[in-house]
Amino acid sequence: MDPARKRKVRLVVALGAAVFLAAALIYTSFSASTEASKPSQIEPGRSYELTGKVVKGSISRDGDDLRFRIRDRDGTASVPVSYAGVVPDPFREGREVIVSGELEQGTFVAERDSLVTKCPSKFTKDEQSS
Amino acid sequence: MAGVGSACLVIGLLTALYAAGASLYGVRSGRREWVTSGRRAIYCLAALMVAAFAILEAAFLRSDFSYALVAEGSSTDTPGFYKVTAVWATQDGSLLLWSTLLALFSSAVLFLTRRSLREIAPYATAVLAAVAGFFLLLMVAWENPFDTLAVPPAEGAGLNPLLRHPAMMIHPPMLYTGYVGFSIPFAFAIGALITRRTGADWIRATRRFALVAWTFLGTGIMLGALWSYTELGWGGYWGWDPVENASLMPWLVGTAFLHSIMVQEKRGMLKVWNVSLICGTFALALLGTFLVRSGILESIHAFGASTIGVQFLVFICLVVALSAGLILWRLPDLRSRARLDSLLSREAFFLLNNLVLVALALVILWGTFFPLISEALTGREASVGPPWFNRLTTPLALVLVLLAGIGPVLTWRRVTARFLVQILRVPLLATAVALVALLAFTEAGESVPSLVMFCFVAFVLSVVVQEFWRGASARRVMTGESLPRALARLTGRNRRRYGGYLVHAGIAVLFLGVAGSSAFLDQRDVRLSPGDTIEVGDYRVTYREPTAKLGGDSAGTGAPISLGAVLDVRKGDETFTLRPTRNYYSSNDPSLGAISRFFEGEATSEVDVRWGLRRDLWLAVRPDLASLEGPLREADRRFSDSPGDVQALVIAALAERYRNRPPPAAFRAIVSPLVAWIWIGGAIAVLGALVAAWPSPEARLRRVRSLYAARLGRELSRA
Repeated sequence: MDPARKRKVRLVVALGAAVFLAAALIYTSFSASTEASKPSQIEPGRSYELTGKVVKGSISRDGDDLRFRIRDRDGTASVPVSYAGVVPDPFREGREVIVSGELEQGTFVAERDSLVTKCPSKFTKDEQSS
Repeated sequence: MAGVGSACLVIGLLTALYAAGASLYGVRSGRREWVTSGRRAIYCLAALMVAAFAILEAAFLRSDFSYALVAEGSSTDTPGFYKVTAVWATQDGSLLLWSTLLALFSSAVLFLTRRSLREIAPYATAVLAAVAGFFLLLMVAWENPFDTLAVPPAEGAGLNPLLRHPAMMIHPPMLYTGYVGFSIPFAFAIGALITRRTGADWIRATRRFALVAWTFLGTGIMLGALWSYTELGWGGYWGWDPVENASLMPWLVGTAFLHSIMVQEKRGMLKVWNVSLICGTFALALLGTFLVRSGILESIHAFGASTIGVQFLVFICLVVALSAGLILWRLPDLRSRARLDSLLSREAFFLLNNLVLVALALVILWGTFFPLISEALTGREASVGPPWFNRLTTPLALVLVLLAGIGPVLTWRRVTARFLVQILRVPLLATAVALVALLAFTEAGESVPSLVMFCFVAFVLSVVVQEFWRGASARRVMTGESLPRALARLTGRNRRRYGGYLVHAGIAVLFLGVAGSSAFLDQRDVRLSPGDTIEVGDYRVTYREPTAKLGGDSAGTGAPISLGAVLDVRKGDETFTLRPTRNYYSSNDPSLGAISRFFEGEATSEVDVRWGLRRDLWLAVRPDLASLEGPLREADRRFSDSPGDVQALVIAALAERYRNRPPPAAFRAIVSPLVAWIWIGGAIAVLGALVAAWPSPEARLRRVRSLYAARLGRELSRA
């Protein structure tokens, strides 16, 4: 094979591999992603990644379960949440959290250990304002 | 003094503008004195920034709450060490640290290149001055760290308790040093492009800076992981959080850059690739600084949380657009005459390693920004979690470790099959032995990716050992030195090569820890009463008794209250005690009761770990305060107006009550195999990088000799 042809073949193979990998990246990310929703958007019967703020004065314990309400970041609609598992250190009233689960009979039943709170380095600013 | 600090920033901004203008005018008009003046302006800038930083640091140390920043981020009861480091826990303070480091690094590189690179250096000065100018503009116009309060509060808010960890306080300067360090090769690359001097000169001048930046950035990432493991109370070291990803991306692309510049130095190839990589690294470093502070990825609607998000975004876009435009414009000058001779050569494998590293960075970039991408394409904000990241990065990491073993032993241009067989015979044999041993004596076969990783790690380590052995043996034949001496001199005389081998070995060891701890982790979350026992891994863990301590927690973070547990652990004949605690910091919320606010502020886990080379036993406790709720409400009612010492007695009584009538507490126990090797591997890699970056005495001697020879030549020609 002459060198020019060889280079062309290599280029085609490399580009093909790149396109294939990019397609895999896009496909897997869209199929594996979970949708983030606000309390005002969720309906029963499908699973969500619920985001919002913990309502003040709503945190209580019921045996091993943690109960609290999450409200829209910029609204008042809220939903009760029942959660079991590890509670991250930064979890507090008024903090922004993410939790995965499903709405069952008016209560958002969270998957075990799915509670996430914002990384601490980011809320140094809003702590003083609250 | 705050006025002096502000003045330093304003004068610094003007100095940076002057430095850029003077060096550009000097090089365009050929008047060298202006170039010299521009360079000296950068030294001035460094002095100004150091002065400003010292003023702010002093304000933190003496708890001067007339500074808004000190009142926000420190307090009189913050321990001394954390007062020093609280400066960069705030946004404004971290901008000041960034620009101070940038001015210092710029001064160092411009001083070192003052007699060389006469064409490129002035443009590099202008680029560095422009970047410094941007950060100074941010501080002068929007985020002045020297803002003062008309009415200083009596007490500051204190440093965020989660950040009160030694690793966390050293971690930001490490990361910033890394980010800033990469701006040096970036500036010289831009200078090289503008002047069409696209040879390897700019690489030789800044290679060491890139390596030092890489080392610091890597160390910073490791310290962040260590903090996550010991402070956040969840037991992991990497969670694919946007903030973590932000620091990893420039490190990956920077790693690719450090490898591919060797190809340009040796073979004059990959010029376009190299300038693209360093521009990408710098843009990602800016993005890293931006992501951590802006909160853009929680939600694009939270964009207003930071006052400087838009400015940062504009600057990053400007950097990307200008460098891409410049590279395209100079494309004809970046063509190399050399071609890839064979796919079985060192340069081909370096290119492959580059592609894998860049692919890794792209995957992480895509996943990190997926919420924004998804919102733009489908209108819905969706995100990808750690499982997605793990699935896509695992195969790439495996290929990377394999390449780390093959790449270094290949020769430039072309490798014959016979040579390959000869050089890889022993490592392949060692890998086969490792595979058999793993399958026969351990449970490693239960996780295929981990088994493959273990084998690749064995391969890399045996290659590195073989290389050291071959080199040392050759030296011993020639000189008759002892083995340790031969090894030391071999490494000392070929620092880049053997330092690089050490880095490869360190990274392989690190992945040994990652593979072991991710696939074979044993974790239990339980509620225990005193006397209860659980089994986790081979350990029997018994909750002996609760602890309650006021003031002076064991980790020295200044927490007023720490509640914890004493646990007896038994494994075979071995017994030991672990004491995890949880620190409670008081809240400043006036709506809370006078006593309960002491328990309602931040709380952080102080985990206790039994470190081990084979496995760690990791324990965290979360005391249940529900039983104290009644007494706390009662105390709030009765003692809200009592003097401080009475309140202290009440709190002591409450702690006593918790100790005497303990409710069940929640525990997380983790047996994490081989996790210690992550830190050991990281340390080996840093050591290797330092060996590679350290200037060798011979090189200095060569430089002095050549200068001497040049002077002699000049004298002779004059005579």
